[in-house]
Amino acid sequence: MQSLVIVAHGSHLNPDASTPTYEHADTIRDAGVFDEVRTAFWKEEPSFREALRTVQAEEVYVVPLFISEGYFTEQVIPRELRLEEWDDDAWESDGTSATHATLEATDVGKTVHYCGPVGTHDAMSDVIVRRAETVTDDPGVGEGVGLAVVGHGTERNENSAKAIEYHADRIAERDRFDEVKALFMDEDPEVDDVTDFFDSDDIVVVPLFVADGYHTQEDIPEDMGLTDDYRTGWETPAAVDGHDVWYAGAVGTEPLMADVVLERAAEAGADVGDAVEAVRRRTRVAGTDTEAGTGAGD
Amino acid sequence: MNDRQVDALVAAAGDGVDCDGLRVAETPDGYRFETPGGAAEGLDEPALRDVAAENPWFVSNWYYWRELDRPAVETAFLRWLEGADDRSVPDRYEALAEGIEASWGELAVEVTLGDDGHRTYAVRHADDADRPVEELAVHTDPLDARELVKYDDRGRYRPLKTAPTLQTGWAFVDLDGRSLVRAVDVVYPATVTNWHLERQGELDVSHWRETMERQTGIYGVIRTWDRGEGYEHVNWVAEACCDDSQCLKRREWEYDDDTDLDVDGGDGAFPCREPCSLVVAAARQWTKLEGEQPQTYEFELTPSEKEQIEDIIDAVADGEAGEIREADVYEGANRYRARFLRAKRFDGDGRLDGVSTDQSR
Repeated sequence: MQSLVIVAHGSHLNPDASTPTYEHADTIRDAGVFDEVRTAFWKEEPSFREALRTVQAEEVYVVPLFISEGYFTEQVIPRELRLEEWDDDAWESDGTSATHATLEATDVGKTVHYCGPVGTHDAMSDVIVRRAETVTDDPGVGEGVGLAVVGHGTERNENSAKAIEYHADRIAERDRFDEVKALFMDEDPEVDDVTDFFDSDDIVVVPLFVADGYHTQEDIPEDMGLTDDYRTGWETPAAVDGHDVWYAGAVGTEPLMADVVLERAAEAGADVGDAVEAVRRRTRVAGTDTEAGTGAGD
Repeated sequence: MNDRQVDALVAAAGDGVDCDGLRVAETPDGYRFETPGGAAEGLDEPALRDVAAENPWFVSNWYYWRELDRPAVETAFLRWLEGADDRSVPDRYEALAEGIEASWGELAVEVTLGDDGHRTYAVRHADDADRPVEELAVHTDPLDARELVKYDDRGRYRPLKTAPTLQTGWAFVDLDGRSLVRAVDVVYPATVTNWHLERQGELDVSHWRETMERQTGIYGVIRTWDRGEGYEHVNWVAEACCDDSQCLKRREWEYDDDTDLDVDGGDGAFPCREPCSLVVAAARQWTKLEGEQPQTYEFELTPSEKEQIEDIIDAVADGEAGEIREADVYEGANRYRARFLRAKRFDGDGRLDGVSTDQSR
């Protein structure tokens, strides 16, 4: 018996914060490869503290629906799950390379395969590209288009920016988009000046956030000049300084994210059969039969 | 009862059957079949089948509860719902024919008998207990409850699943035991598990002090609120957040292992084993606010105005401000009354009686 628990931040204030987590859990549940698929939250219930006791399996794959390695994935989650053997070297990561560590949750005596966050997985690059496809409704989007991958960025955690740059670099290497840049909310280069960084007429902006909320639906659209007031909404694309800006909303809401969760669990040893392929097929943009990206191993 | 159940009983007799008063065993002299109503011994297999057929309730009851892959927590909860440890099988079967009602927080669970002793479960808001099911939005997938628990009847987001604000107007019907427990777990996450741990004497309670000492990041500051000068501040937190009017869990955590809080933990069916994330987030704010020193302010208020301020605080604290009627100017927390007080007593900068907040300036 194997169980999957997707752990995410959640919110005391925003009812939509949990939505992507539930949706990805549903996609994976429908794939039928786990005996149980559960969710747990830092700010909602079940809490990280009480989630593992509600699953039956002795073998649990825990995948954090977080963007980067850092405070939550390395301190809060291991502590709250009672992974007492955890230490900062357990993942042997350089900041974006965590895969998994196998530990015991001491309150329940279960074996926990604690995976790296979805945000640093190679397949996340595919989700960003997929996001660009869905927002432009163009499965072949790339030529003549600039792609901005936007992260929170924070001086407290250098890994936050690393994850954004990692995917921007990987996507740039594919030569699919004319230009690819990593931009940030609170450090340079800033998303406020998005049009300064691109020559392309069309710019697709994909924020590397798990859920839509204040940052992705209020801050970033206003900062980029898509709208003066987020409450009135904005056009897609929106004309800004002579460019057409296609703004995507949080990448974490993209259905293909379920694939990244599955791949994390599979790499930690979960038997997921052909579910990765099935999920990739199911979440594909309508009207395309091309593969999503070039796969996780590239 | 059906033939499969009798076959299973015969097969199980060798290892012995002991369930809710039914005892069946294989002895050197033949089978023995016993219920509280009497025992038959020295039975051959056809005779065992005959006596089993005469006791369909006992046999089908055993069969229902023998389901082998059902987790212990689920069995314990489902048996508790129908009072299996307190009521005899005949008594229960008669009640199940009418439907046995059990309550869990704001949930009303109904257990009824299906074919051959199989149980069927339904769950709805207790306030909807007497409404015809046709008036309710009917669901059968437990995961549908995720959306129902998100908002209260006023459409407001519920950050605390065990707040007594569960929306009404829905019902889950035709659930098997597994789905019923799943639905309850979506409405009130982990409550069944913690209730079960508590019944087994294994609930791991984490008291205020250890919980706050565990906090890091922006919540690390909370531990500075405990200054070794007593725990009155935690009484206030528990009174503010954990009262039954705010949360249906029964608070089992205290100040620390040796020091109980002075406020009541509540009467909830399921325990609260540690301060939740809402308490932690609020405690962070209170830690900051309570770091301030009191100052002496001088205001002029009429006696009625003083009482009105008390009324307003009460109305907000009890969540009743929104229910005070538009024209009910006899209530201190009425909107017109509050606006009048503001017009009279606030200066242009929103200061009460024009008094500066910082008295050192």
